[in-house]
Amino acid sequence: METREKKSKKEEIQTNITISGAEAVVKCLLAEGVDILYGYPGGAIMPVYDELYKYEDKLNHVLTRHEQGATHSAQGYARATGKVGVAMATSGPGATNLITGIADAQIDSTPMVCITGQVASHLLGSDAFQETDIVGISTPVTKWNYQITKASEIPEIFAKAFYIARSGRPGPVLIDITKDAQFEQFDFSYEKCTSVRSYKAVPELNIEAIKEAANLINEAKKPFIIWGQGIVLGEAEKEFESFIEKTGIPSASTLLGLSALPTKHPLHVGMVGMHGNYGPNKLTNECDLLIAIGMRFDDRVTGDLSRYAKQAKVIHFEIDPAEIDKNVKADVAVLGNAKETLKAIAPFVKENMHKDWLQKFRDYDAIEFDKVIKKDLYPTKEGLTMGEVIKEINNASEGKAIIVSDVGQHQMIACRYAEFSQTKSNITSGGLGTMGFALPAAIGAKMGAPDREVVAVIGDGGYQMTIQELGTILQTKAAVKIVVLNNEYLGMVRQWQQLFFDKRYASTEMTNPDFVAIAKGYHLKANRVTKREDLEKSIKEMIESEEAYFLEVCVEKEDNVFPMIATGSSVSEVRLS
Amino acid sequence: MSTKNTYTVSIYTENNVGLLNRISAIFQRRHINIESINSSKSEIKNVSRITILVKIPEDQMKKIIGQIEKQVEVIKAFYHSDEETIYQESCLFKLSSDLLIENDEIQMIINQSKSRVININKDFFVLEKSGSKEELEELYNILDKHGIMQFVRSGRIAITKEAMKISTMLD
Ligand SMILES: Cc1ncc(C[n+]2csc(CCOP(=O)(O)OP(=O)(O)O)c2C)c(N)n1
Ligand SMILES: [Mg+2]
Repeated sequence: METREKKSKKEEIQTNITISGAEAVVKCLLAEGVDILYGYPGGAIMPVYDELYKYEDKLNHVLTRHEQGATHSAQGYARATGKVGVAMATSGPGATNLITGIADAQIDSTPMVCITGQVASHLLGSDAFQETDIVGISTPVTKWNYQITKASEIPEIFAKAFYIARSGRPGPVLIDITKDAQFEQFDFSYEKCTSVRSYKAVPELNIEAIKEAANLINEAKKPFIIWGQGIVLGEAEKEFESFIEKTGIPSASTLLGLSALPTKHPLHVGMVGMHGNYGPNKLTNECDLLIAIGMRFDDRVTGDLSRYAKQAKVIHFEIDPAEIDKNVKADVAVLGNAKETLKAIAPFVKENMHKDWLQKFRDYDAIEFDKVIKKDLYPTKEGLTMGEVIKEINNASEGKAIIVSDVGQHQMIACRYAEFSQTKSNITSGGLGTMGFALPAAIGAKMGAPDREVVAVIGDGGYQMTIQELGTILQTKAAVKIVVLNNEYLGMVRQWQQLFFDKRYASTEMTNPDFVAIAKGYHLKANRVTKREDLEKSIKEMIESEEAYFLEVCVEKEDNVFPMIATGSSVSEVRLS
Repeated sequence: MSTKNTYTVSIYTENNVGLLNRISAIFQRRHINIESINSSKSEIKNVSRITILVKIPEDQMKKIIGQIEKQVEVIKAFYHSDEETIYQESCLFKLSSDLLIENDEIQMIINQSKSRVININKDFFVLEKSGSKEELEELYNILDKHGIMQFVRSGRIAITKEAMKISTMLD
């Protein structure tokens, strides 16, 4: 870490050289420490691709099979490494294909820089071939965006883009570059950006708020922590763990916070939210102090807001001031990066234990085990469950894998049952719920963390939204393990149809292709499991494979995910069946 | 729901082409009608000031200020009630020059309304009036009877009674 820091300092200020805008783009990426990017070429970005060809040994460009895949791969890379992911596309359709991934990164606070080519500046506004107003289109889903029309703007804008994408609450930034700016020659020099005067990345630490929060924590009889991705993004895992260990407070995760604390930690009481655990959902409405850390009270977490934690005082640790009081009113707001604020509060909180209170969570766990978990993990009926597949993945990977899940029932099951022993191990599309996310995101995650096992858990529906990325795996040999949990349904929607639309299964049944044959068509190792007795060894074989591996598991068609908080219900109305 | 109030939103920003788009999107997403909008330079060099008038409940106003300030190129945003500001709008009327000759009443209206003739030729003259929206509305209603050839009103501009702690922020 130290040496890299020093090295990049040296690269910071490059001496003046005359180069093209396109070459400058590549030099900027290198100066920002980028060694991999994902993209797809086309007319308006060709000068940059020509430079990528020359810089092949320094900068690895991964050709995805669709621009959406490029953004999700960049996201997967960013989520697995904590670094900024980079995606690139041509103008027009290339650029618009990035939008889903950008919106996903925006709502899930993923640092990403997207670069798009644009028609030459004299053609702007003329409805030229493949001209689209990508800056206009991407404005509501980017943290910042900018159109470059002169080569001389490139260094400053790139430096600013990377700074904005990674600092504070991270997010996606888009840079659109006209083709003439890519060709234009200019004197290049690069200086990293360390501040933008109109932008405050991290709010100042307020020691009064810290003390006030500490007082509430010290006095609380039934305190409860809900942490979110802020712990992972702020790299505050250690500070968080010591904070909860000192205070003895039962702690639950949001969907995106998972893996920040090892699943087996004695104070880890599960996940909150629509398909979260019974105890933390129920007890949200029983605690006397709710401590939210790096989370934003999404409606999938809170259920009906008017009946959410009304009995409790609320402390909100948050980096983004706009999140304070947005959904849930905070009695004390502690603004700042979680790493800093948790470090600052540590000396003010008393050592404590909340044995009886913690036991309440465990009591609810026992009920949930009886009513839900037993059936999911140790089924007695014939059909395979999604839960037992996750259990076998846990066993075979010893809980060390990065689990990349798509969107649907399998996602909820994966996040409920996956065991995490290491941070940055849970990669899923939370806020946007983007089907098709997992396969390309897993590719990016594997490239970012090549030494780790990366398992993508995908539904038969979502898999077919970005299935073409098997081509990327074929070409790059990224050793991702792909598990498709095939229930021949758009299962999550079917579950809602069953529960809320009298089983009218409108357009949720899927006639699926031979997935194994398709994977084999891409020259991947592939296998299908239909029986319980084959499950364990098939998963083991998959995990042990040195190369990419596709495994289809045919699971029970009409299983449902529980617990569940129906839309409009309160967290305390979480149902077990 | 809580009651709606009229608020003047003052936003100090860097000069950037796309920013107005970002800011108006914040209102549009929440189905909030912008009553008026004005963009100009401010007391600080190279800093623009956008003035927006909205009618919304205060708790929503606070959240929106948070969303506005979150935009990278927004330096600072404030909201104020009418009591906290000194504000004006201004408007222009295009009227037939015949009125000046044939109608005695018009001269009286001009004098009493404290409006100003800023252009005159043989076909038409242009009347300018600044003041509160109500005052402008009142003049409009009076002149309407005589036939208004064209009318335009500006967005609200406002100065706050309290100091905006903005210049010090930038140092
Ligand atoms: C791009 C996109 N389109 C539609 C949806 C709505 N949706 C949410 S879950 C789901 C079903 C997913 O089916 P599948 O991938 O088979 O997973 P399963 O629920 O069966 O495990 C759908 C259609 C979505 N989240 N994303
Ligand atoms: Mg399915």
